[in-house]
Amino acid sequence: MTAVAFSMFFQFEGKTGTMNSVLKIENLHVRVGETPILNGVTLNIRQGEIHALMGPNGSGKSTLAYTLIGHPKYEITEGTIEIDGVGLNEMDPCERARLGLFLAFQYPVTIPGVKVADFLRHAVSNVRNPERKEGENLISMREFRTELRQIMGQLNMDEEFARRYLNEGFSGGEKKRMEILQMAMLKPRFAILDETDSGLDSDAVRVVSEGLSKLAGPEMAVLIITHHERLLEYNIPQHTHVMLAGKIVETGDASLAHELHANGYAEVRKRHPEEAAREQQTENAASAS
Amino acid sequence: MQTAATRFSLTTAEGFEDFLALRDDPDWIVQQRREAFALYQELCRQELDPEEYRRLDLRVFRPTDFALQGSPVQTHAAEGFTTLMAERADFAGHVAHGDGFLVRSELAADLSAKGVIFCSLNEAAEQHPDLLREYLMTQAVKPDADRFTAWHAAFWTGGTFLYVPRGVRIQQPLHSLIGLASAGTAECSHTLVVLEEGAEATLLEETGSMHPEHAGLHLGAVELLVGREAKLRYVQLQDWNDRVFHLAHQCGRVQRDGSLQWTVGALGSKVSHVHQDVMLDGRGAEAQVNGVAFASDRQKLSFYTRQAHKAPDTRSDLLYKEVVRDRARMIWRGMIEVDQVAQQTDGYQRNDSLILSREARVDAIPGLEIKADDVRCTHGATAGQVDEEQILYCMCRGISRKEAMHLIVEGFFAQVFDRIQVEAVRETLSHSVQQKLGFGN
Repeated sequence: MTAVAFSMFFQFEGKTGTMNSVLKIENLHVRVGETPILNGVTLNIRQGEIHALMGPNGSGKSTLAYTLIGHPKYEITEGTIEIDGVGLNEMDPCERARLGLFLAFQYPVTIPGVKVADFLRHAVSNVRNPERKEGENLISMREFRTELRQIMGQLNMDEEFARRYLNEGFSGGEKKRMEILQMAMLKPRFAILDETDSGLDSDAVRVVSEGLSKLAGPEMAVLIITHHERLLEYNIPQHTHVMLAGKIVETGDASLAHELHANGYAEVRKRHPEEAAREQQTENAASAS
Repeated sequence: MQTAATRFSLTTAEGFEDFLALRDDPDWIVQQRREAFALYQELCRQELDPEEYRRLDLRVFRPTDFALQGSPVQTHAAEGFTTLMAERADFAGHVAHGDGFLVRSELAADLSAKGVIFCSLNEAAEQHPDLLREYLMTQAVKPDADRFTAWHAAFWTGGTFLYVPRGVRIQQPLHSLIGLASAGTAECSHTLVVLEEGAEATLLEETGSMHPEHAGLHLGAVELLVGREAKLRYVQLQDWNDRVFHLAHQCGRVQRDGSLQWTVGALGSKVSHVHQDVMLDGRGAEAQVNGVAFASDRQKLSFYTRQAHKAPDTRSDLLYKEVVRDRARMIWRGMIEVDQVAQQTDGYQRNDSLILSREARVDAIPGLEIKADDVRCTHGATAGQVDEEQILYCMCRGISRKEAMHLIVEGFFAQVFDRIQVEAVRETLSHSVQQKLGFGN
C-alpha cells in the first residue's frame, strides 16, 4: 500500500510542478584507495534542468557520476549528497535507483543470457515500487510489454532488441541506445549521462541525442558529462560546469560549452592556476608510479 | 506403526530373502534378482572404477543406514509430495511412487487405445511380462556394470515403464514422480522407456522428498531405448532434500536416425553420483545431453558422462552448466568415445561452471577416446565467477543484490534452457534457482 502511494505521489508532483526535487551535492570529497579524486564539489540540480559537466581527462567527471550512484570503489571522505533533504551517502546503488537516480554508463556491462526485456521488467518493477522485495510479483507482463513496445517505437528501436541478451554482442552505438531505453523506461528524476556520446560516430550521436531530447522534460533533470559539444546541440544546457582537478571551477550557460569546445581548457587552466598546478602534480605522480 | 520386520536390510542375504518373500515376482524376475545379489556381493569385494569414482569420497555413505520399506506408509498420499512440475503442464499421464510403492498410475484413454503403455514396473511385470523381459536390464543398464547396478538389479522396487508402439507420436508430456517419505528408507526405482520405430514421446520425471529432513537413499537406474527414427525427450529433475544419497546408473541407446534429448537437472541430495551413458548405435542417430546443476551448502554432486559413438554419421552434443555456492562441490568427468566404424561422427562436449563462493569447488574433466580417423570431436570446460560489476550494474537499475544474482545465474543457465524448450521444465528450474539463492517460495 505504501508503495503505491509513494509512486502516485511522485507522479502528482511531476505533473503539477508545484515542487521540484533538488539533487544537492555539497563539498564532496572522494578518494579511490589512497588517491583523492574529488576535492570539494558543490552542485545543485533541479528537476527539469539540463546541466553539462565538462573538463579534461582525469578531472573527476566520471568519479562524480559513480559516486552519485554509489559505486563502492569510491569513498566519500567529506561532504554530502541529498535529494530533497534525504541523505544518499549511506545508501547502496539499489536504494538510490529506487529514489529516482539513474546513470547511463560509459561502459555498459554485458549480462549473458539475460534478455533485455526481462532485465527491464525487473528494473521497472523495483523502481516503480521501491518497497518491493526480491521474489515478489513483477509488474504485469502485458502492461510492461505494451509500454516497452511504445517506448521503443518512440526511440526508433527495433522490437527485436528486447529479445536479445543484455549488451551481448552489441555495438558501441547499440549499447548507448540501450542505456537511453532503460532511462526512458525507468523515468528517473535525475539522470546522469557519462560520456554517452564517446566512441560513437556522428549518426549514432544524433540518434542518442534525439532520444535524450524526447525524454528530457520538466520531470527529469539531466547531467550530461561530455568532452564534446555534439550531444549538447540537441539538448541545450541551462548550466555548464567545468571541472578541473576534482573541483568545479567555473559555471556558465550554454555559451561556456561552445567556448570550451572551440578553445580547449588552456584558458581555464590560466584562470585557475591552483587547480591547474594540482592537476599537474597528479599527472606527475601517476606517470612516476 | 512400523515394526522391524517391515523393513529389509539391503546388505545381508537374510534381508534379501525377506524382501523376495514379501514380493510376488514371477520366477524370471526372482532369478534375475538372485543372480544380481550374488554379483553385488562379489563386486563389493572389488574396487570401484577409479576413473569414475576417484574424485568422489563415498566414505560418508554407509549402506547399512538404509532399509527398504515392506509396506506403504500410511501417509503416502501422492499429493503429500511437493511436486515441482505436476501442476505446470497438462500431462497425458502420471505415474507416482512413494518409498518404492505405487501411488498413482494413469494414462489418457486415447493413448492406451493406441497401444501406449505407461504404468509402474510392477504393473508391467503382471500385464506385459514379455515386453519387460525383453528390455529390463538387458540392453542399456546391465547388472554387472558395477556394484551399484548389481545392487539395484537385486532390489529394484518400483519404477516407471513407458512403451510407445511403432509410429505413435505423443504430443503431450508424461509425468513421473519418485518420492521418499519415511526416514532412513532406500528407494530403488527403475525407469524404463521403450520407443519403437518412428515413435515420439516426452517424459518429465522428478524425484523429491516428502519430508525436509528424512535421510534416504535412491539407488536408481534409467534405461532409454530409442528405436529407429524415434524421438524421445526425457527430463529427470533431482530435487531430494539434503540428506538423501542419490546413486544412479542411466543409459540411453539410440537406433538408426533416432534422436534423444536428455536433460538432467540436479538440485538436491547430500551426495549424488550419476553415471550417464549415451550410446549411438545406428547410423544417423543423434543425442543432445543437457545438464543443469546447482549445488549449495555442503552438497556433493558428481557426474560421469559418456557419449559412445558406435555407428557412422552419429552426432552427440553435451552441454552441462553448473553453479556452486557455499562449500558445495561438483565433479564432472566426461568422455566421448568413437569406435573405429563410427566415421563422420560429430561429438561435442562442453561444461561451464559458475562459482559463487570461495569455498565452493568444481572439477570438470573432459575426455576423448577416438578410434576412427574421419571425425569431428570437440570438448571444453570453463569456470568463472560472477563479476561484481554485473551486480553493481543491476543494482543501479533498482535490482537488489539477491535478485541480481538470480538474474545472472538464470542467465548463465539460459543457453541450456533455450535448448530444452519445455516451458514447465524451464519454469521449474527457474523457481528452484530462486530457492537455492535463498528467496522466493
